[in-house]
Amino acid sequence: MTTFEPGTELPPLEVTPDRYVTVRYAGASGDFNPIHIDEEFAQQVGLPGRILHGLWTMAQVARAQTEAAGGPHTLRRLSVQFRGMGVLEEPITVTTKVRSVEDGVVHVDTSATQGGTAIVRRGDADLQP
Amino acid sequence: MAVNAEAVGKTYPPTLYTVGREKVKEFAFAVGETDPLYLDQEAARAAGYADVVAPPMFAVVYCGAAIGQALFDPDNGINFARLVHGGQEFKWGPLVVAGDEIATTVSVKSIEERAGNGFYVFESISTNQDGHTVCVGTWSNVVRGA
Repeated sequence: MTTFEPGTELPPLEVTPDRYVTVRYAGASGDFNPIHIDEEFAQQVGLPGRILHGLWTMAQVARAQTEAAGGPHTLRRLSVQFRGMGVLEEPITVTTKVRSVEDGVVHVDTSATQGGTAIVRRGDADLQP
Repeated sequence: MAVNAEAVGKTYPPTLYTVGREKVKEFAFAVGETDPLYLDQEAARAAGYADVVAPPMFAVVYCGAAIGQALFDPDNGINFARLVHGGQEFKWGPLVVAGDEIATTVSVKSIEERAGNGFYVFESISTNQDGHTVCVGTWSNVVRGA
């Protein structure tokens, strides 16, 4: 059972995007930008290859919150900034720390890192466990 | 090239999205969710919901067509080859479940140029069939070298 006090670190979420996750997410979300699903296109526009959808990575940050706090109803707000790019087949870790608790609302700081780079940073969420 | 800020304040017509049970499951699968609330209508009903619950980030799906209007609006003149999703915020209200009808209205909050880049902020407001606000989204996009 997680307690929510300032300084508490919530359980980290570890996920390794498999090489077809961007194809599934494109279909599920409706975002078919070829930089996510077409290796040749991605390289032509100067990327190392297909990259993750930022919103897929944000969904991992959201999942870390709802799994830690006890379900989808607990996540009241989530704000993130996207930096750099997420790549396939490299592990991602979402870490979250409680910043403050006011009137039953837990304010947390959260980020997602991959290979030492924060690909979602300045994440800021309000939870009601 | 300077950004065109004339569209600030512009509001687009609402779009309507009907949440389907299998679409919720497909989305949950794509983002790695395993909570039975998203995947099993019996589990969702046992927990007091009318049908499977949409994961919070399903907002991306029901907002998609509405936000597309702003992204593709020639008045905003966004160059897609230079477009980067800079940031995102969602504030959620009551949970969305399969069968809900979600109306989403998008407006242009700000358009600015800083250090040669264009910053476009759009806001989405999504309401369900009962008139409750289920999600307010702030979508921050950067057009590099705008």
